[in-house]
Amino acid sequence: MTESGQQDGHRYLPTGTEDRREMLEMIGIESVDDLFRALPEQILLPSDPEIGGPLSDQQLRRYFGELDRKNKVGGRDLACFLGGGAYRHETPALIDSFLTRSEFLTVYTPYQPEVSQGTLQSIFEFQTFISLLTGLPVANASMYEGASAFAEGVLMASRIQRKRRKVVVARSIHPQYRATLMTYAQNLDLEVVEVGWQEDGTVDLAQLEQEVGEDTICIGLQSPNYFGVVEDWAPVSGLAKSCGALTLGVVTEALSLALLKSPGAGGCDIAVGEAHSFGLPVSFGGPLLGFMAATDRHKRSLPGRLAGETVDRNGDRAFVLTLATREQHIRREKATSNICTNQALCALAATVYLSLHGKKGLRRLAEINLKRAASLRRRLAAIEGFDSRFDAPCFNEFALRSKGSVSVLLKSLEEDGVLAGVPLGPDYPELEDSFLVTTTECNPPEELDRLVDLLQRRSVKDDTLPITL
Amino acid sequence: MAEEQQDRRTPKVSWRNPSLLFELSKPGRIGVELPPVGVEDASLEDLLPEEVRRGEVEGMPEVSEVDVLRHFSRLSRRNFAPDLGLYPLGSCTMKYNPRVNEELARLPGLAHSHPLQPESTVQGNLELCWALEQILIRLTGLERVSLQPAAGAQGEFAGILMAKAALNHRGEKRKYILIPDSAHGTNPASARFAGFDVKELLSNDRGTLDLADLEREMTEDVAALMLTVPNTLGVFENQILDIARIVHSKGGFLYCDGANFNAFVGKASPGAMGVDVLHMNLHKTFTTPHGGGGPGSGPVGVCSELVPFLPAPMVEKTAHGYRLDMDRPLSIGRVRTFNGQFGMLIRALAYILAMGGKGIRQVSENAVLNANYLRKALEGKYHLPYVSDSMHEVVFSDKNQAKHGVTTLDIAKRLMDYGFHPPTIYFPTIVSGALMIEPTETVAREDMDAFIEAMLAIAEEAETDPEMVRGAPYSTPVLRCDEARAARQPRLRWTPEAV
Repeated sequence: MTESGQQDGHRYLPTGTEDRREMLEMIGIESVDDLFRALPEQILLPSDPEIGGPLSDQQLRRYFGELDRKNKVGGRDLACFLGGGAYRHETPALIDSFLTRSEFLTVYTPYQPEVSQGTLQSIFEFQTFISLLTGLPVANASMYEGASAFAEGVLMASRIQRKRRKVVVARSIHPQYRATLMTYAQNLDLEVVEVGWQEDGTVDLAQLEQEVGEDTICIGLQSPNYFGVVEDWAPVSGLAKSCGALTLGVVTEALSLALLKSPGAGGCDIAVGEAHSFGLPVSFGGPLLGFMAATDRHKRSLPGRLAGETVDRNGDRAFVLTLATREQHIRREKATSNICTNQALCALAATVYLSLHGKKGLRRLAEINLKRAASLRRRLAAIEGFDSRFDAPCFNEFALRSKGSVSVLLKSLEEDGVLAGVPLGPDYPELEDSFLVTTTECNPPEELDRLVDLLQRRSVKDDTLPITL
Repeated sequence: MAEEQQDRRTPKVSWRNPSLLFELSKPGRIGVELPPVGVEDASLEDLLPEEVRRGEVEGMPEVSEVDVLRHFSRLSRRNFAPDLGLYPLGSCTMKYNPRVNEELARLPGLAHSHPLQPESTVQGNLELCWALEQILIRLTGLERVSLQPAAGAQGEFAGILMAKAALNHRGEKRKYILIPDSAHGTNPASARFAGFDVKELLSNDRGTLDLADLEREMTEDVAALMLTVPNTLGVFENQILDIARIVHSKGGFLYCDGANFNAFVGKASPGAMGVDVLHMNLHKTFTTPHGGGGPGSGPVGVCSELVPFLPAPMVEKTAHGYRLDMDRPLSIGRVRTFNGQFGMLIRALAYILAMGGKGIRQVSENAVLNANYLRKALEGKYHLPYVSDSMHEVVFSDKNQAKHGVTTLDIAKRLMDYGFHPPTIYFPTIVSGALMIEPTETVAREDMDAFIEAMLAIAEEAETDPEMVRGAPYSTPVLRCDEARAARQPRLRWTPEAV
């Protein structure tokens, strides 16, 4: 790949040939190979692995720059209205300046509190933010992302309700979250039952009532749900309580928590979800930022890390990792979870983001999202051949129904430089005629006008006519 | 007298003890400028019915950008970081995180690509994933690698699920996973979550597996042996080929926990060892930043028998470019959303390309050389519980110092006063008072010499002034913390009332 690499040393390896010689002498061996004598000869690689490189910074920039240009992305090459569990939001510059700071970037889990107060306090502040937003008193230090947080939330509920085995979840929970739950649940003795939606897109309460009983561990409900529809937690949590089940609230667009009634206020016992909207780019789906919160009585059943406040020997405020006896490095196979590393740096991004936005800013931003989406929804649904698939209120995402083929429509819009939405058909065959449209502050009013204009030009006046391109 | 003087020197109030962000709040402050709504301004009440709407979030702070800047800058100074000096956490591989990788991961076409975009618009991403997988295949000698798992523990979980799925596919139901007592704590937890019972194997006095013991325990009711190579004592299982033979002879799978891959990457091949499934921690061997505890990334590689069971989707190369293959009928399913920790995959690939084939071999050579250099310099003063060859890390115990009442915890805290992060302590649990030291290949010899000097000085202090060592640290942002109190009366968030 390159002419470089003829040199002896490497910029990431401080030990030079002279150091090497002196160190071998000090250890009392002839060559580095003596240090590998425990390795049977058959397993040694015969030569340096053929993996390209070594590349200089400049060559790396060229290689990755080419990959970068092979993508087309929202805000640069395309207008992007995609959501479906990953939401594009603006990020203040201050966030990256902290994410790239050595003291946050390069450290590990704060096992030694005396030299890790920065990380520990920022986790404590993150826990506070998540607790405030979810309306539940205890939040952990973060989870990998929303889907595994959801699965872990169900497992947590099943530990609390040891004698029960049925899990009832809305089918309007993100399809990938449900798929992840199935992966986690398949080897545990759990029965997972899915419940559909009613005409307006909210969960089918009548069906839910039929499924829930004395054997139910928990009910899982997402709001806004996968179709963007805002759910009311209260009737569902009321139903759960009536038979001793827990309510697990799922939130995939955490920004909505600035405007919508919190899971805690709605009677949920556990809230899980995805908070990458707070300061992280969508980054092709990772790293994202899972969160989990719960009522006080269930705090010892939480998986993952927790930072807690204490004092040091001088009586000064200090923070430590706490309640570690739940965790795998101590409890091994009896631990509440196998999670070890989580998403601490992403949680720091969210903490800085939430600090910057604060009480007023976060709410105003959520209103911008809500109002732009509502306006676009109204305008698109007014175009002949399109209508709003569900009537219930939405936050920043909604399902649009098309008389013409959704896949043909989305493909033709892509050719016009617009990614108009996520088709629902692949995950919900009965919604093959619909797709999800998301609008955030990253979609300026001109982009909304453009999408309206492009759909008007594809307006289907009679369903016997093909789509006009 | 001296104490009084010290008291006068220390101001009563200082920014060294920062407030919580929430305590800085003042009504009317804000840290962002937001765009106008830009569309007709409907009222909130019209858009959201009362039963699903909330008021302002009580307790959310109001602070300016400058307040936020100061606050987190001050917090950052209360962390000790690998960039400041030796941070030899054993089993964590705290190596240098190249800054060019941070720049590359932020390229707009990569960072702002949405996971649900049509394949035609993300060919760069798919090519990147494919390129990384091909390299990991070369380095591991395995058949395919899934990049999906979010961290090592999730890679373990996915790996064990694949072993289980393959056994089911053969029509076999097996109940147990064998795990040595020297394994990471995540191993038994992952096996349990995959629905297995765990049988623990005891290490012998060399710190390796006892083959007779394995032979006895490895029955046709055992799905897999989960082996950390080198193990948490830093010892390579020199009978690895026999171990693989025994496991395979009973139809089981050999799972390798690759958390310690840094010890032999580029030097030896897990595939050639007989490993069937291996997870790698990109945040260890391939230096994606640890970030204070994540994000990690835990790709899992498998032998050909396990390929059909890999999580979906996988990236495939076709004549017309790259695509995501969702149609994997035997797959264990998803372990998370979308396509894994993509941002971490970018950094790992950049690192590997920056090292090159010769460089990656030097990584393991220098990592092992450095650990042995530390071992040689310290073994006179610190007790070495296992004398087998050390690979990339070395485990001492506090046996010599305990005679003077100085424990591993004290040694760790005292190291902070000398300007170092302590090693991993009290792990592995099979060594009483373990000090697990992993310098990595990116530490300069001068830094190791300084660390050696500090460790020798502490050994000396333990004999001459044990009381002083037990009181350490003295120079850190906070002194020893009352961890018992934190667990007894948990305060897990700020509350307005507490001010």
